[in-house]
Amino acid sequence: MLMADVTLRKVFKRYDDVEAVRGIDLDIADHEFVVLVGPSGCGKSTTLRMIAGLEDITGGDIMIGGDVVNDVPPKDRDIAMVFQNYALYPHMTVAENMSFGLRLKHFPKAEINSRVTEAARMLDIVELVDRKPKQLSGGQRQRVAMGRAIVRNPKVFLFDEPLSNLDAKLRVQMRIEIKKVHQKVRTTTVYVTHDQVEAMTLADRVVVMNHGRIEQIGTPNELYHKPATRFVAGFIGSPAMNFMPCRLEDVAGKLHIRLTDRIAFPLPPIRAARYQSVARNEKLLLGLRPEHITEAKAHPEPGVETFDTVLDVTEPMGMETLIYFTLEGAQVCGRVNPNAGARDGGPLRLAVDLNNMHLLNEVTGVVI
Amino acid sequence: MTSTVVIDKAAPTRAIKYGSMSRDRTWALRWSYFFLTLFAIFSLVPPLYMVITSLKSSAEISAATNPWWIHHPTLENYIGLLTSNQFLTFFRNSAFVSIFVVTITMLISVPAAFALARMRFWGSATLATGVFLTYLIPDTLLFLPLFKMFALFGDFTGIQLINRWYVLLFIYPTLTVPFCTWIMIGYFASIPKELDEAAIIDGASWFQTLTRIFIPVAMPGIIAATIFAFTVSWAQFLYPLVFTTSTDQLVLPVGIVTTLIKGDVFNWGQIMTGALLGAAPPLIIYAFLMDYYIAGLTAGATKG
Repeated sequence: MLMADVTLRKVFKRYDDVEAVRGIDLDIADHEFVVLVGPSGCGKSTTLRMIAGLEDITGGDIMIGGDVVNDVPPKDRDIAMVFQNYALYPHMTVAENMSFGLRLKHFPKAEINSRVTEAARMLDIVELVDRKPKQLSGGQRQRVAMGRAIVRNPKVFLFDEPLSNLDAKLRVQMRIEIKKVHQKVRTTTVYVTHDQVEAMTLADRVVVMNHGRIEQIGTPNELYHKPATRFVAGFIGSPAMNFMPCRLEDVAGKLHIRLTDRIAFPLPPIRAARYQSVARNEKLLLGLRPEHITEAKAHPEPGVETFDTVLDVTEPMGMETLIYFTLEGAQVCGRVNPNAGARDGGPLRLAVDLNNMHLLNEVTGVVI
Repeated sequence: MTSTVVIDKAAPTRAIKYGSMSRDRTWALRWSYFFLTLFAIFSLVPPLYMVITSLKSSAEISAATNPWWIHHPTLENYIGLLTSNQFLTFFRNSAFVSIFVVTITMLISVPAAFALARMRFWGSATLATGVFLTYLIPDTLLFLPLFKMFALFGDFTGIQLINRWYVLLFIYPTLTVPFCTWIMIGYFASIPKELDEAAIIDGASWFQTLTRIFIPVAMPGIIAATIFAFTVSWAQFLYPLVFTTSTDQLVLPVGIVTTLIKGDVFNWGQIMTGALLGAAPPLIIYAFLMDYYIAGLTAGATKG
């Protein structure tokens, strides 16, 4: 098996006077499934297209399997790409679409047939091979587009927002399909999406991008539990992490975090040790995910502090109820048990789990 | 009126609304039919008159009878033309010129349009506009300089092109190539960018992308452009009138006029017959390829 690791070294992309990608370093291991995620305009698609060779790079190096491919045309990079709008050839049947690349390379007929049949079986589209793309549904077209990539048996799969044109239900289904396919073929994959759920569910590692730079690289769990910046903390997870202005103070020799004149919590010992060196007058943000703001229990665990508030709005979701309240002008979201007695405009005693808190520098946005 | 308002309250309003919609539609249709019929009559009367005249003898045409009625129908005009070597020569010249011009035009304008629409080279946008601007220069402005050019070419090289039917193969493309290129640029532009990117990643060269993907996908546009090129070269009058003079080098439109009008004698029966026979090939082509033609002309407008 060929080694198919992908490496980006200080990759830049400049369009006239816009810097779309500003110096990206990224190592993608052989067989790895890496997802580039970020808001629109963050440079993730441009990065993918540069790996594909569809865009020239302004600076830096891109390596596939150890070879620098900066000036190698797309067809010689041994990659396959799946596009958002599928980009199937409308005048060809499914089988012809899938075999086009192999036919251009003059593969023997028998080899082409066996590869197409195998891919069609894997994607469950065997009965569709003689149809034209316009006779297929969106999900089927997406499968054909994946089939076209699989039969080529390339070093790298590139996916450019492949599920964005599908409805929500189909998207979840195709997400699982893509994961299954990757488990079978194990081809190195770079996948671009703006949907953080897609990123979290598919990736071995997620690359969060913003303004043409990489904010953080990590496994889905690392990004969720140990975000490096405010952007990553706010981008990953839904509903998003809450950010509340706060500062540290010492009360009776113990480090406290003060949210309002009324509300201040003692920090759990581990956290206190970690934040001891932070200046007391520094403007900080307390980052807490909604699941760490719950209804107060009779016997709170260590590190869990309680306070009273009045709710603005509640959103019953069935298995949980989302609650929204205001703290010093900031809207805060929490998740409570449906039986906790939360109602619009009603009072509720809440618990915050400070064992899972994040402390951020308000100015730099860096997690401390 | 007040009584209907009372009924409205009882009856389901939806039915009333539907009724008024359909009444609007009925009237719209009536007007459409009225104007379409009017237009059809207006444009079909001249050909009808041609058919009637072509079936009359010269004597009957000059007699003071009802011009819309044939008293003694005869095919003598058709027989006369179709057995005349001269007419068949015109027809053959026209066919050669048109077929060659269409071929030359498509061989130039399809690759040109592909390059201008897709290959993103320096100045491609300006060039595309330039191509269209050349189409805006009327042939009445061009024929003198062109004539001069071919005369000079003859003087310098000794190759005499003027008064040869094939000189038209150099001249007609100045009309057909810009327009066909423009149509094809529009059509190619409507093909999603990802399609050629997919082809390139699949390993296709630019040429293979053009022949294996773009030409099949853009077939309606290519057929539309072909029909246009054919119609232009088949019906062109000014250039052949200027560039060809010998009877054996003439194309149909010029041949009919120059040989069937002798001094002040108009052989109306044969002129009408010749014009009708000359109109037949484009008519047949349109009848078969009309749907493609319309699809080709509107494609750019509906796809994004």
